[in-house]
Amino acid sequence: MTYDITIDGKNYRLELNRADGRWLCRLDGREVEVDAVLARPDVLSLRIGNQAYEVKCERVAGETHLWVGSQRFAAEVRDPRSLRGRSRAVDDRGPKKLIAPMPGKIVRVLVTEGTEVEAGAGVLVVEAMKMQNEIKSPKKGRIQRILVGEGAAVNAGDVLAIVE
Amino acid sequence: MFKKILIANRGEIAVRVIRACHEMGITAVAVYSDVDRAALHVRKADEAYPVGAAAASESYLNINKIIEVAARSGADAIHPGYGFLSENAKFARACVDAGIKFIGPTAAAMDAMGSKTKAREAMERAGVPIVPGTSRGLESFDQAEQVAARIGYPVMLKAAAGGGGKGMRLVHAPEELKSALEGARSEAERSFGDSEVYLEKAIVNPRHIEMQILADEHGNTVYLGERECSLQRRHQKVVEEAPSPMVDAGMRRRMGEVAVRVAQAAAYTNAGTVEFLVDQSSVDAEKKFYFLEMNTRLQVEHPVTELITGLDLVHLQIRIAAGERLPFTQDEVQIRGHAIECRIYAEDPDNNYFPSPGKITLLLSPSGPGIRRDSGMYEGWTVPMDYDPLLAKLIGYGTDREQAIARLTRALNEYFVGGIKTNLPLFRRILSDPDFRAAKIDTGFLDRLLQQKRPEAAPDPRAVEAAAIAAGIFALLGSAAMAAGERPAANGANKPNPLSNWKAAARKEALR
Repeated sequence: MTYDITIDGKNYRLELNRADGRWLCRLDGREVEVDAVLARPDVLSLRIGNQAYEVKCERVAGETHLWVGSQRFAAEVRDPRSLRGRSRAVDDRGPKKLIAPMPGKIVRVLVTEGTEVEAGAGVLVVEAMKMQNEIKSPKKGRIQRILVGEGAAVNAGDVLAIVE
Repeated sequence: MFKKILIANRGEIAVRVIRACHEMGITAVAVYSDVDRAALHVRKADEAYPVGAAAASESYLNINKIIEVAARSGADAIHPGYGFLSENAKFARACVDAGIKFIGPTAAAMDAMGSKTKAREAMERAGVPIVPGTSRGLESFDQAEQVAARIGYPVMLKAAAGGGGKGMRLVHAPEELKSALEGARSEAERSFGDSEVYLEKAIVNPRHIEMQILADEHGNTVYLGERECSLQRRHQKVVEEAPSPMVDAGMRRRMGEVAVRVAQAAAYTNAGTVEFLVDQSSVDAEKKFYFLEMNTRLQVEHPVTELITGLDLVHLQIRIAAGERLPFTQDEVQIRGHAIECRIYAEDPDNNYFPSPGKITLLLSPSGPGIRRDSGMYEGWTVPMDYDPLLAKLIGYGTDREQAIARLTRALNEYFVGGIKTNLPLFRRILSDPDFRAAKIDTGFLDRLLQQKRPEAAPDPRAVEAAAIAAGIFALLGSAAMAAGERPAANGANKPNPLSNWKAAARKEALR
């Protein structure tokens, strides 16, 4: 399997295969001796050479973080061959999702499907803990879909709208 | 001894009291609001009763409901924990009226210590040192001038009717006094509708040191050593330790004896804490300490005292309330080793410590030598938005302060709470700070530390490489979190299959 990986904004190409219980790994063309075992669904015991790492994976407010020990990294994985893929391409030209950053309630929807918006334009207002948070469009484009209505309760990470 | 105790609280303290009940063979009754049905304290209790809507005023603060449930459950005593109704004299009286023992001081003792002016006057009568100043409002600028000259600058002007920094002015020199007084008065008028202002000596960079006391209902009162609580953010304690690094045996005895006098002046029974401000700049060999206030309850930070004395304060609270005498004398109280506590909150340190409720998707909890963890959270629990977001207390204990810091640092590195933001990163910063390690701390320490721009440490390239490889491995093994499959809101079609993680793990297990 080949993946395009982004760690804190930097891109890497990773080739990963498993054969006979052994891992074969190339990072940006360089062979790396790797051994890995899942301790929990989101906890990996990773050995690189003789260095041991405990890597945790979590999703908070629409972002995936990897923690190597106590160091946190933002991580994205793209499978360049698959059409739909397990993940979405990070592509400014493609559709972007607006994600709820925290649990709350939609108190106002400011646009309708089909509206053209500028980058930074307000799309919805989420209320949580007596504070209102305007969710803005990450890019200039057209509101393709609005997935919630006024009064809807949302959780952190929920997709609220899509702008293309 | 009581057969059944109702715990009128929630979260980590309710779990802690339930544990004490079980250790003493007492049936533990939990109460829970609508959003706390799945809370840890309900799971650990022997009996559980719903007490109403999420809002604390309708549930945990609802005296009538709590008493009614206690009576229905047949509880013979109520432990109020901390916060909520623990210092509510009306609740203490309601327990007496209902024939249920309140595990704590009497309503009269709460009243005596609850009012700041009443407490100050009582302390003056008892010969307890209080911050020098006036106990009544200033009547004129002349009077202010005289008092300030007598007690010495810097002085603090304070509003009599309220706090929160309003109507407060720090005055460094006589020339500033007139305009400061005018400013304080008008601000007090605007904030509280009352322009009354009084004057106190301003202690520069004080340390906040508090003394644990314990009194039975037979007239025996002891002190159990002090706690250093100077690490505060916006007047909220964040890190506490015992003993205080600046208190030696002589000062402990002097402060302890004063604390006992304070408790006796209030006819206090059960566990309580006397808070002092300590003036580090005092040129006196005896560092000057002044009575600040008394907390008429068990405190959040009680574990550090338990660890250095070897005593169980909740067991003792229950025994005292059941009428037993203190099983030890003052001379038998020993202080040994050092303990430091971190309060772990569901807060976002990158967003001004805004509360961060949500679901805990992964919890890796530290343990090992010298580590105590009092927690109300578990993996899979959704932290409710409706209450104080204290998740857990992590305490490191060692033979000395250095070892306590080393153990606590190690445990913090093992602690992982995934899915929500917590203030865990803050403690790593505090414990590695050279001034903290040298015990050069005061109540301004944390605010100063947080204002420092954090140097952007270059990420360890080996860790970056590990992250890149791990990202691919997680994706290959079918991790839902790495699949970047955001759930659409409402009834979206793309909900991740909760079984897929376990399937993936089972597959990998077979390969191990």
